[in-house]
Amino acid sequence: MTETMTMAKALNEGLRAALSSDSKVLLMGEDIGPLGGVFRVTEGLQAEFGDKRVIDTPLAESGIVGTAIGLAMSGFRPVCEIQFDGFIFPGFDQITSQLAKLTARHEGTLQMPVVIRVPYGGHIGAVEHHQESPEAYFAHTAGLRLLSPATPHDAYWMIQEAITSNDPVMFFEPKSRYWQKGEVDRESAGIAAHSSRVVRDGTEVTLVGHGAIVSMLLQAAVVAAEEGTSIEVIDLRSLSPIDYDPIVASAQKTGRVVVVQEAPGNVSVGSEVAATVAERAFYSLEAPVLRVSGYDLPFPPAKLESVYLPSVDRILDAVDRALAY
Amino acid sequence: MPYTAATVQLLSPEGKLVHSDASEQFIPYVDKLSDDALQEFHRHMVVMRRFDIEAANLQRQGQLALWVPSHGQEAAQVGSALAAKPQDHLFPSYREHVIALMRGVDPITILSMFRGLSHGGWDPKDHSNFHLYTLVIGSQTLHATGYAMGMNLEGRSGTGNPDTDAAVMVYFGDGSTSQGDVSEAMVFAASYQTPQVFFLQNNHWAISVPVSRQSRTPLYLRGEGFGIPSVQIDGNDVLASFAVSQANLDAARSGEGPRFIEALTYRMGAHTTSDDPSKYRDNSELEFWAQRDPITRFETYLRGRGASDDFFAEIATEGDDLAADIRKRITELPVPASSTLFDHVYSDPHPVMDAQRQALADFEASFEEGN
Repeated sequence: MTETMTMAKALNEGLRAALSSDSKVLLMGEDIGPLGGVFRVTEGLQAEFGDKRVIDTPLAESGIVGTAIGLAMSGFRPVCEIQFDGFIFPGFDQITSQLAKLTARHEGTLQMPVVIRVPYGGHIGAVEHHQESPEAYFAHTAGLRLLSPATPHDAYWMIQEAITSNDPVMFFEPKSRYWQKGEVDRESAGIAAHSSRVVRDGTEVTLVGHGAIVSMLLQAAVVAAEEGTSIEVIDLRSLSPIDYDPIVASAQKTGRVVVVQEAPGNVSVGSEVAATVAERAFYSLEAPVLRVSGYDLPFPPAKLESVYLPSVDRILDAVDRALAY
Repeated sequence: MPYTAATVQLLSPEGKLVHSDASEQFIPYVDKLSDDALQEFHRHMVVMRRFDIEAANLQRQGQLALWVPSHGQEAAQVGSALAAKPQDHLFPSYREHVIALMRGVDPITILSMFRGLSHGGWDPKDHSNFHLYTLVIGSQTLHATGYAMGMNLEGRSGTGNPDTDAAVMVYFGDGSTSQGDVSEAMVFAASYQTPQVFFLQNNHWAISVPVSRQSRTPLYLRGEGFGIPSVQIDGNDVLASFAVSQANLDAARSGEGPRFIEALTYRMGAHTTSDDPSKYRDNSELEFWAQRDPITRFETYLRGRGASDDFFAEIATEGDDLAADIRKRITELPVPASSTLFDHVYSDPHPVMDAQRQALADFEASFEEGN
């Protein structure tokens, strides 16, 4: 039995379930109370759970993360909303120097169950600092876990799993997918959060991506199939740690891997996937692992974002290049 | 010099009790103290200074990579810490060694950080709620504020029960007041009316930069600017530090919201053993503060109340014994096994930690005979 809902609604329902099942779960962030967040992901939750569980904060990201750390020290499980990707950076120090390290600094006697929700990525035509993909900065930091759902079903379950994790989780929400509907099965997640998943079977080329890109990979696979090319698509889902076994198995089957992401390619999550596939599937590869990424630029003004971001055409171009080896 | 008419001082540098408009409301807090209690203040300060000197010596002899001296700041730290109750949570920066000892942290644990053996490692739950040191300047003020927000949410203060009502006290320095986190902590504390005391030790120097570069206004007025009742004290007067901290912690515990104390003190030594204060500050300033030493003035006061030579000899011996003890134990500290590096980065199982722990073990085993 499934229900059809948007990703924003699925997240809302996931947060509602977490708030209901554990009185230590708190939501905190800017404009998340009566307004329900700028993307309405927390809509109705303050009215339902009260302003001591769903807390509107002053406008200060370091303050949000730093006080969430103190709340976690006192036994709470805070879920912070960062309003937009580009506004994570005032909180960067508290995330990387404090949140990520406190369990190790306490030699395991302190857990840091803090979730930081970050709406991220482009395709919404927004102004500067509102369309970025900063996940690599955090994937580089030991002590953090990173998740990014691509579907409403995963959003519903992965946010709940993030909240029950005893480690800090950076939860990257593909904001261009907030309003897309999909089926949510409330009975079963079907798969653990920190797992990558084959979302379309194929035999000739493997496409790997996460978040909003996954739907584009599926579109590319449909177009390629019409042209006679069989493409396998893998949704990373977890960016730290990365579950490599399904990716390596697919690479061993197809011999050709293209990694796609909105983020700039230089020193990115996609770079790490490419390097690891090269290490673990070297004798199976028929072509070098290729990457399709945002260019190594500041995110451009919105009228140029379609040039900057990967597109179905750029992905198919990379598929053709991989096949040409 | 830094004192103003608003500065609360209960004991003059000459060791005499002071009666002034600023001090009057705090006198009752010290009037009730017995001679034994007052001698306890002194014992902590003297033993601490001896520990501090020994730790600096150990650094000079190569047993520690670094030491962060607290010489000169004993009164600010001991007075405020004695005002805290066991249920209060104390968040230090990284110079509050005496408070660590007073809350039950083994001094060797403090030294092990500076020997390069750990980044902390005590559990605040088992050490009278004394939290870990924080080396990034000012970051701990937000953790303290978040902790105090949690106390509010759980009703751990403001119930009217003095045995259980709790508060948070967070220590930070004059340099950190320029950090955004400290301002954000005061915004959040004022906004949520947290049960918390901001305890600023203004030791006048942030490594080589004087406090005048951090602020053109007395720092306690910063607290006022955020809507937090604030007071400036003579931080080298252990009685003022105790009395004002107790009054403000009482207010915080009873649900009256946050408070801010600026303790005027002086870092008599270097910021750490890595710098040389003679490059950036005048001897005349050092001389001014040497005449206001917290331990000398309190000894005069105690002698005036009849404390015996035996008492002073006894605490000097206690300090020497502690110094000998840490000197003996420091070289016996084991280096942790390399595999422990991976143990506590995450609380839940993590495949990368498992794989890298195994890879390191295999690599190390490859050097063993027969491989």
